[in-house]
Amino acid sequence: MEDPMAEIRATFFQECDEQLAALEAGLLEMQSGTAEAETVNAVFRAVHSMKGGAGIFSLDALVRFAHKFETALDKVRSGELVATPSVVGVFLRAADVLSDVVHAAQEGGAVDEGRISALVAELEHISDPVSASENNLATPVAVVLEETGGAWDIVFAPRSEMYAKANEAALLLRELGRLGTMKVTLDSSKLPELSVLDPEGAYLSWKIALDAECDELTIRNVFEFVEDDCELTVSRSDLAGFAPGTVITGDNGFKFEFFAPMPEVEEEMQVEDVHVPENEHHEALPPKHTVVEAIAAKAESATTVSATIRVDLDRVDRMIDLVGELVINEAMLSQRVMEAGIARASGVAMALEELEHLTREIQDSVMAIRAQPVRSVFQRMPRLVREVAAQTGKQVRLVTEGEGTEVDKTVIERITDPLTHMIRNAIDHGLETPEKRVTAGKPEEGTVKLTALHRSGRIVLEVSDDGAGINRARVKQKAIENGVIAPDAQLTDDEIDNLIFLPGFSTASKISDISGRGVGMDVVRQSVQALGGRISISSRPGQGSTFTLSLPLTLAVLDGMVVSTRDHTLIIPLGAIVETLKPQMKDVFPLDHETNLLVLRGGYVPMVDVAASLGYCEDPIEPEQGVALLVEGEGGVRAVLLVDAIHGQRQVVIKSLEANYRAVPGIAAATVMGDGRVALILDVDAVVRNARGDSGRSEAAMVEAG
Amino acid sequence: MTNSAGLSELDNRELIAFRIGRQEFCINVMMVREIRGWAGATMLPRSPRYVKGVINLRGAVLPIVDLAVRLGLPGNEPTARNVIIVVQIGHQQIGLLVDAVSDILTANDAEIQTSPDLSSDLVKNFVKGLLPVEGRMISLIGLDNVLPAGELEAA
Repeated sequence: MEDPMAEIRATFFQECDEQLAALEAGLLEMQSGTAEAETVNAVFRAVHSMKGGAGIFSLDALVRFAHKFETALDKVRSGELVATPSVVGVFLRAADVLSDVVHAAQEGGAVDEGRISALVAELEHISDPVSASENNLATPVAVVLEETGGAWDIVFAPRSEMYAKANEAALLLRELGRLGTMKVTLDSSKLPELSVLDPEGAYLSWKIALDAECDELTIRNVFEFVEDDCELTVSRSDLAGFAPGTVITGDNGFKFEFFAPMPEVEEEMQVEDVHVPENEHHEALPPKHTVVEAIAAKAESATTVSATIRVDLDRVDRMIDLVGELVINEAMLSQRVMEAGIARASGVAMALEELEHLTREIQDSVMAIRAQPVRSVFQRMPRLVREVAAQTGKQVRLVTEGEGTEVDKTVIERITDPLTHMIRNAIDHGLETPEKRVTAGKPEEGTVKLTALHRSGRIVLEVSDDGAGINRARVKQKAIENGVIAPDAQLTDDEIDNLIFLPGFSTASKISDISGRGVGMDVVRQSVQALGGRISISSRPGQGSTFTLSLPLTLAVLDGMVVSTRDHTLIIPLGAIVETLKPQMKDVFPLDHETNLLVLRGGYVPMVDVAASLGYCEDPIEPEQGVALLVEGEGGVRAVLLVDAIHGQRQVVIKSLEANYRAVPGIAAATVMGDGRVALILDVDAVVRNARGDSGRSEAAMVEAG
Repeated sequence: MTNSAGLSELDNRELIAFRIGRQEFCINVMMVREIRGWAGATMLPRSPRYVKGVINLRGAVLPIVDLAVRLGLPGNEPTARNVIIVVQIGHQQIGLLVDAVSDILTANDAEIQTSPDLSSDLVKNFVKGLLPVEGRMISLIGLDNVLPAGELEAA
């Protein structure tokens, strides 16, 4: 906190992350051919703003690399360089390196110089193939030297806004003069007659010939604070071979009009500029007007885009808590009003109904604040795919769909790891090598598809590949070898596919660097289940596999079944419930003195009396007097939970027990009911596990004793 | 952990006194967040006997400790006349179920007498000192050990 810059720096890196995401998204659009004219500009702007910000914080490595990148992008923007797939490929790799450089700058690490210089060379090659081939062995160092010396032509034309913000042109020029020797020429040609002169207008511009040993950035930094309020052109005066806009070689006097596109200016117009080969004055002027209009348009669009604010997550969470409280209070009030015997048609009851609507709406909107599109997660995947593809020598195309699907922030944060693993897995295990694919009559390039969609109140994420599908014979063989299943076990295709979710199961015959890191699909499954989600797989031999991940939209709310057992109200997560039934005495068979089995469509399922399992009472109720819920716990283990009665479904807000107390075995969390009382949410897995292992009862007994 | 323990931290602190049965206790007033009436608590399975359950405190789940049982005194079924003192211990808030709040006292170190060296668990675990006030004896208690900290696992 002592360093006031630290906060600004943090904001800068936060923005860098956004810029990097925008950069990658734009490049991917260019790669897939869906790019619009604006995309190239957006990509350029992203790199440019990062470079600008990095300059402020003297992050030289970042500035240098961003500059090279920017130069190459500028060529594409000006139409000199066609964005062929190979060019975009270089850009994508450059974006990866840029991201590493940014993170290294943030965390103080270092990035492999070799990678940087290799990409710098590539970028230079594509941005200037001629000079690169001319000076075949031009080292990056030599280029830098050439870049930072010599004569510059600067055109500086302030707009009235600059003066309005109390900036003084003379001071800027003096500052510029410190860089080297300069010759300033005043251009007063636009100065009107005194009678029509706007005293607050800006009519003067300056042409400066600067002879200084510095790079373009240093010069631009002088104008850093007035950048948006002036028109600034910085160009080399005599290095035609190296200048970015080599189209213009003729009359120096008009050079600034269409030379070296200014990053701040709307770009469509500059593309036009390149098409203006004649250096006639009246030809060159009209675009100037376009510049102003375009800037105005840009300013407008900027305001619509930036209509977001950064809010501390704690504040949002506090608000969500309060609104949750409001909902409960509202429900309590309704209950009291009903108890007071006020007629439903009375004014009070109607006003209350209004209030109820409002509260629900507020709750929905507040939840929506936390909702974010999955785009931020999806955007990390292309890089992963490129890296894994490079490591495995496979050709992979990633197709994403439904990036705009929204889900709660906490869910977003926690799906990245499982998704990463699933995609790695799809490329490493799912897709075949290019040779095998060709033999199988498939295109060399494999496709991995990542889809997000909303389905019945949950978010569904699918990772599918068009690879070979699951090799069931091998999976089964492996399962037998590992002692997971008996050698003579008869399994359906589905059951075999699901074996890969078992702990310690990896089908890769040799452990690869990518997915065989000791964590398998079982880890993915566990983390997904921890989020209240489910994962399943469907596979067709020769045609590929699809992993389907289904998750709740938020971790703050849960759909539950309200049940009562003895005098206790409990919530059972709806996701765990398979069906509810009324047990018949003739279907119940005692296994030993405390366990009953229920016959269910020919199978035996253990029955668990919830109250007894939680230690609420000693003797279990008669199965016939209760209601049974067939539940499925972790790993598909089934059990029948016995309760006294079911009171219907309800969406409940999850409250932590650990915050003020600690975890309670058998209880997942708590919630507050409409009457203001706390109800506990049953941890179905724990109860089912207890029923199987029966460790819970001894544990409970120990507590009683202690 | 804030000022719940040692005597040295208690020069001229304000203390809140409360009754459990016929005994009087006090705690540092700085730990107290609010005082509220008793409302039905939801029983927690497999919890020690002195944990009455949890209640809803403006959206947060607040565990209620029956201080009488915790201190090894005879406890009664709580009624609407009982009082819950909500205290902050570290980053957690808990509710202490007591019979009634009786007084706010100001005391300094010199007035607080060390408790006699007895082997009773109550004295060892909770009583930090004794405060004579107008012929009454008020025990100053620390709350560090009120919640079962990992004792379940140890049992």
